[in-house]
Amino acid sequence: MNKPEVLIIDDEPQIRKLLEINLSSHGYQTRLACTGKEGLMLAANHIPEVILLDLGLPDMSGHEVLLQLREWYRKAIVVLSVEKGEEDIIAALDNGANDYLSKPFRVGELMARLRSAIRNNDSGETRQVITAGELEIDLAGRVVKVDDQVLKLTTTEYNLLALLARNAGRVLTHQFLLKEVWGVGYQTETQYLRVFVAQLRKKIEADPNHPRHLITVSGVGYRFE
Amino acid sequence: MRHISVLRQILIGAGFVILLSVVCYLFRPYMDYRIVALILLLAVSLLAVLFDILPVLVSAVLSALILNLFFIEPVLHYKINSAESALLFFIYMLVALVNAVLTNRLRKLEARTRDKEEKEKTIQLYNTLLSSLSHELKTPIATIIGAVDTLKETGDKITAEQKADLLAAIDIAGSRLNNQVENLLNMSRLETGMLTLKRDWCDINELIFMVIGAVPGQGGHTILFEPDDRAPLFKIDEGLMEIVLYSIISNAVRYTPPGTEVRVSVGFDDDQLHMVISDNGKGIPEEKRQQVFEKFYRMPRSGTGGTGLGLSIAKGIVDAHKGEIRLADSPSGGAEFSITLPAEVSYLKNLKNE
Repeated sequence: MNKPEVLIIDDEPQIRKLLEINLSSHGYQTRLACTGKEGLMLAANHIPEVILLDLGLPDMSGHEVLLQLREWYRKAIVVLSVEKGEEDIIAALDNGANDYLSKPFRVGELMARLRSAIRNNDSGETRQVITAGELEIDLAGRVVKVDDQVLKLTTTEYNLLALLARNAGRVLTHQFLLKEVWGVGYQTETQYLRVFVAQLRKKIEADPNHPRHLITVSGVGYRFE
Repeated sequence: MRHISVLRQILIGAGFVILLSVVCYLFRPYMDYRIVALILLLAVSLLAVLFDILPVLVSAVLSALILNLFFIEPVLHYKINSAESALLFFIYMLVALVNAVLTNRLRKLEARTRDKEEKEKTIQLYNTLLSSLSHELKTPIATIIGAVDTLKETGDKITAEQKADLLAAIDIAGSRLNNQVENLLNMSRLETGMLTLKRDWCDINELIFMVIGAVPGQGGHTILFEPDDRAPLFKIDEGLMEIVLYSIISNAVRYTPPGTEVRVSVGFDDDQLHMVISDNGKGIPEEKRQQVFEKFYRMPRSGTGGTGLGLSIAKGIVDAHKGEIRLADSPSGGAEFSITLPAEVSYLKNLKNE
């Protein structure tokens, strides 16, 4: 099997080094860019499996790079940023990032996110059945099972779960989820989301207080694992 | 009073003088005009204490005119009959104006002294900050640099176990630095008023479980939390409340001996959220309880690794929510922090869905 290629766009040499050492030791092939322009060029020439993009670049804004990449690049983009501000993260996700990690991050966490981003590349919209541990979601039959037991979900619960599962590994913002599941005009009604996520967790999680599938991304949205 | 615009001050001052004059006018049959002059003078002096110079001068002139026109014979005429009345009128005018100017000057002087005191206080705070910072930031940096040097230079001369110890030291120092920078950033956001609340619906049980999951080093400690499924959603700034809870719970874990139990509980009513975090450690002596919320305050003998900012940030955030944070004895003898936040609630949670 070919080594999956990761393009790293980051202007900090130490971080590039750190990422390169870790990624190659985990069986990835890496390519390095230290400016936005160089990153865009390398991405176009080599079409990597995942792009790790730092938002603070010297030549252009990371958000701009993201927007230009998303004009044609369909695979995963994971954003790295020292900014912990939720607005910045939400903007990055709205501009097409799949996931984000704030610096400083733990290498273990980075690897987990990369794996999950790559998995999502292969599956995407085409998959009929999504499995995650003991959970099985049959998108064609609209059936959800835990340990082979069929669950009773309401339409809204199912729509929410299916949307998150179809985008496994990707952070979906509150606004996006509300618009997709409840419709235009509900984007600010986060209380619906809170209630339905809590209900879903009670049904699909082994321990709803320590969820393993429906992960909260504080102040931003949710991610299905 | 000085935050009222000058125009409004003029209107208020004039209104006050006119109102008082009307009252005096009604009692005119029983009052000599000299008494009225004293009453109006008192009113102008009062305004001089509260208002800026221009509104006071306006009121002084206005009151003198009123005095002349309505109280000094002949009434409703600018002419003054007796020499005594004329003298009184001029003295009145003079005293009112001198009064206004002097009071104003006095107030300016007072403001200048206050400014100076404040500046001195800021400098003192800044010095405390610097000495606390240089110590708390340089200690982990020294650890990191020292450990890296050791790893580079000793090569194979140290055991695998020693190597692992050095790596762990770097790890801890790095996290500590990160926490401290985070604290400083939050503090400066609070201080500069850059911190604006982003209130949104929050599942408080979820938030508490998340914070407990993030508190490090729970080896010898137990953190107990019984979620209340009936709790409604609260409209609070979740990200900031996470900082508050993290700071209190991680303090409880850090400053109590292993084996200590930390309990978190949640209560609520129509428009308030209550949270209590208690432990059965040694507690905090009564005379120190107010100080723990002060900036840079650290309990004696509390070891390195803190900037003394965590709880003052927590208090700042709770204050921003117009809530209250208190420290008391817990029934088991340890410390008990209780937080009360006024917040909009939503019971949507208990409705059955479509």
